[in-house]
Amino acid sequence: MPHRKSLGLVWRRIPQRYRLMGTKCFTCGSHFFPPRPWCPKCRRKGKIEKHKMKGRGKIHSYTIVNVPQQGFDLEVPYILAIIELLEGPKLTAEITNTEPEHVSIGMPVKMVFRKISEDGDSGIIHYGYKFEPELKE
Amino acid sequence: MEKVAIIGIGQTKFGEHWKYSLRDLMAEAGKKAVDDCGIAGKEIQAIYGGTMSAGRMIGQEHIGALIADAMGLTPIPSTRVENACASGGTALREAYLAVSGGHYDMVVAGGVEKMTDVYTDQASLALGGAADQEWEVFFGATFPSLYALIAKRHMYEYGTTEEQLARVAVKNHHNGALNPLAQFPFEVSIEQVMESPKVAEPLKLLDCSPITDGAAAVILANEETAKKIADTPVWINGSGQASDTLALHDRTNICTLNASVVAGKKAMKQAGVTPKQIDLAEVHDCFTIAEICAIEDLGFVKKGEGGKSMEDGMFDLNSSISINPSGGLKACGHPVGATGVKQAVEIAEHLRGEAGKRQVENVEIALTHNVGGSGASCVVHVFSRGGN
Repeated sequence: MPHRKSLGLVWRRIPQRYRLMGTKCFTCGSHFFPPRPWCPKCRRKGKIEKHKMKGRGKIHSYTIVNVPQQGFDLEVPYILAIIELLEGPKLTAEITNTEPEHVSIGMPVKMVFRKISEDGDSGIIHYGYKFEPELKE
Repeated sequence: MEKVAIIGIGQTKFGEHWKYSLRDLMAEAGKKAVDDCGIAGKEIQAIYGGTMSAGRMIGQEHIGALIADAMGLTPIPSTRVENACASGGTALREAYLAVSGGHYDMVVAGGVEKMTDVYTDQASLALGGAADQEWEVFFGATFPSLYALIAKRHMYEYGTTEEQLARVAVKNHHNGALNPLAQFPFEVSIEQVMESPKVAEPLKLLDCSPITDGAAAVILANEETAKKIADTPVWINGSGQASDTLALHDRTNICTLNASVVAGKKAMKQAGVTPKQIDLAEVHDCFTIAEICAIEDLGFVKKGEGGKSMEDGMFDLNSSISINPSGGLKACGHPVGATGVKQAVEIAEHLRGEAGKRQVENVEIALTHNVGGSGASCVVHVFSRGGN
């Protein structure tokens, strides 16, 4: 995966992938994740500042992936979902700590920090967010 | 603006062409198009070539010059156009804009992809380049999984069923079986689709378009030139293009491809037609759910009614609107950069009455719909035989 092997590619997304750091426009109140450097609604009148998402939301849609992306072979089958965060933005992430039959649209989930994939035996290990059921103890 | 017509068409057989390179395929389609309209070739003033991922698939960039070279058309300007899976449709639009704006009398729009020189996982990785690498692919998204997310939500919101999705594949394979240039010219049953291996639930193998080699070309000319050369010019009455967020999850409603809605409205408005007037459409069925979304987003049926109307046979060959008479991406094959141009070739054959066993009867107005990625790009064209 030549497009993923650069250390810079991994390093510069740490605030977003480890901590869900996004932005908020204080003019219109919109939240952005991944962060946008300016507000598409307010444009010049927008006032953008860093804003950390709470990491809570609900499943907007999901699928069970049987034919994986390269680097995800050990995870098969895995649950991939679009999650709508409490603050409004949606993102794509794996659902973990549960089984496919227990997943449903609308289910509350929270962010957990996990290993996402690795570039072979001696390559970079990629970390980032997955989500798990909110009520799971 | 100048009126623009398709005066020549050419397409290779779609499939696994282990004996032919990208250059061979493009040259064959180009030569067929030149022969089709009986020109020498030197009348062509510019080339627009659509290809998505030649760099990843065969290590070759600079496809514009390669096409001019392969077709023996140097030194005319030749430009590669890339818009993921909508590269072909976008090349057609760029060619259309150049002629309609009066810059050229005659140009060629080509599309080509050579996908079987790499293993399937490498091809999949290259196709993943049409999605958002940083925020979708990094987290495990594959192309089928993105359309599966659309399908699952569509089923949740509107009660669409897996059998209704399967019906798209059954219809398109039925049409493809009548197309001598199709990759998979055979019928499949609902049961075969339903029992095919799971790829990304609810999508199964036979819900997905294949990996394909192939090329297509169309020659466009302004009215004065077209009337001199072509017996049956096929007029381009409308052209629309739109964009959307690169990542599927950033859209307010993931069941609507807003780029399809906007591009469709623009093209139909320019052509002065409504969805009801369309007799035939080639739409972007990279996955069965994509065709359901397309027929809704283009206004052929209301949002949510796509599955049911598909089941009722509303889009079968020679029904109220014939959708994907070529077999679509599903059965005709999907050489990514070629697809958008192939759609125009198919439309031209029907409008000229040369589509053989799959000929749609009484076609006056036809439409092509070419999508890039999970809907971040869309190009729509409206065609007629009669003219504006």
